[in-house]
Amino acid sequence: MLNPGDIIETIKMIDEEHLDIRTVTMGISLFDCVDRDPDAFCGRVYEKITRLAGTLVQTCDDIARSYGIPIINKRVAVTPVALVTPGYTEEEMVQVAKTLERAAVACGVNFVGGYSALVHKAATQSDLNLIRSLPRALKETSRVCSSINVATTKAGINLDAVGLMGEIIRACAECTAEEDSIGCAKLVVFANVPEDNPFMAGAFHGVGEGECVINVGVSGPGVVSSAIAKHPDANITEIADIVKKTAFKITRMGQMVASEACRRLNVPFGIVDLSLAPTPAVGDSVAHILEEMGLERCGTHGTTACLALLNDAVKKGGTMASAHVGGLSGAFIPVSEDAGMIRAAGEGVLTLDKLEAMTAVCSVGLDMIAIPGDTPASTIAAIIADEISIGVINNKTTAVRVIPAIGKGVGDRVSFGGLLGEAPVMPVHRESSEKFIRRGGRIPAPIHSLRN
Amino acid sequence: MNAVISVIGRDKVGIIARLSGICAENNVNINDITQKVLHDTFTMIMWVEIRETEKDFPALAKLLEDAGREMGLIVHVMHEDVFDAMHRI
Repeated sequence: MLNPGDIIETIKMIDEEHLDIRTVTMGISLFDCVDRDPDAFCGRVYEKITRLAGTLVQTCDDIARSYGIPIINKRVAVTPVALVTPGYTEEEMVQVAKTLERAAVACGVNFVGGYSALVHKAATQSDLNLIRSLPRALKETSRVCSSINVATTKAGINLDAVGLMGEIIRACAECTAEEDSIGCAKLVVFANVPEDNPFMAGAFHGVGEGECVINVGVSGPGVVSSAIAKHPDANITEIADIVKKTAFKITRMGQMVASEACRRLNVPFGIVDLSLAPTPAVGDSVAHILEEMGLERCGTHGTTACLALLNDAVKKGGTMASAHVGGLSGAFIPVSEDAGMIRAAGEGVLTLDKLEAMTAVCSVGLDMIAIPGDTPASTIAAIIADEISIGVINNKTTAVRVIPAIGKGVGDRVSFGGLLGEAPVMPVHRESSEKFIRRGGRIPAPIHSLRN
Repeated sequence: MNAVISVIGRDKVGIIARLSGICAENNVNINDITQKVLHDTFTMIMWVEIRETEKDFPALAKLLEDAGREMGLIVHVMHEDVFDAMHRI
């Protein structure tokens, strides 16, 4: 028999602490759609996505109603498009993006990920055409998300691609300047990109995946924060234990929903992503967890240590709760999507440099950060190079999703609405990195002995 | 399937009568009830078994939650699997 205290705890998590399933993402392979003729390819892509994901939203809504657990996002991720579009021109790439958009609308999913290229060692002509098509593709669609992998620990860092992405991010910002440069919120640059991540903008269906798969992302920063708040005098060992236990409970919920969705859709289960994903809602913030641990404000000294503990404890607790764990698993720190980060950045306590340090110990990277609209492409590329180096050297995933706020400077704000939130424009260093980026070439893969 | 009905709110006459009436009308069998009144606050948890019924689970849950709201109570009806998943290894 269940204990009444446990029942009340679960209900409180959902009702008051924003516990939800953040995303159920269906991965779909597009390899069998390949055709030299873009019209034939697009026809097959549309047919396949709408056939497999046509009932995804309805099924997830039914599960949410049956179990009383909110499922916030329903999404689709496809094979990286540059791998299945041999020799397509930029124009033809945009046509593919529009097809993905139409399929997403038809299925009722809010994002489709996988307008992607893997260029960590070098780029093919298709990769380059897809990357160059991004400003148009992201302007002319609203649900298509893109990710570009520019480095891996085994291949090193493709500095040519990093430099190009600096220019492309600027171009995407300019293309969507009237909408606070929202194009850049749908574009992320990765090192060591995972192939089964269910979260946007970085989701795609990796080359080692099967025909179709369900990956689930859980959430629950509010639950962790409340659990810590109940133990104001606990020492840090006890805090780690509280986080582990809470992460376990959250993940069990994710695993249950994932199994049920797979059963109802008759699709294999992939992974549960153990991420603490914040939203702009009050009480759903990763920054508040760090502050609850004893920091006056997120970004002050001690932030990296608290985040390291949080990230590690979430993984330890969550791993035992799920059959397969994958994706980005860890704590997310997207500035514009986290009420505590927004406040700390607005007050100037949380800086870009501190965020970079934080990404060395947590999931993902510099995420949803607005920077001044006049930031040169080479500076954006250098921000990417720094962040990507942290991932490559430390054998982890890192990513950059920055938004140059065209026409705006430090002190202004950008607002995207919904889960993407709003952000203060944060200062970047004004000194040039132009010569470094212009050198191009590839930063060699790091050695993995003599670890110091 | 088994479900858990939780009820919290200000105590008054007829809470159990009203909610158990709705259960009976919909062929829902009550397996166990734990109930307490603390300082005028009524708390109750019912373990129920939902048998063949014309209404689907979400519709039944809404009926009970709406009845609770009319009486000024917060009623939750959730699938038992949710609690099992979270609290049992």
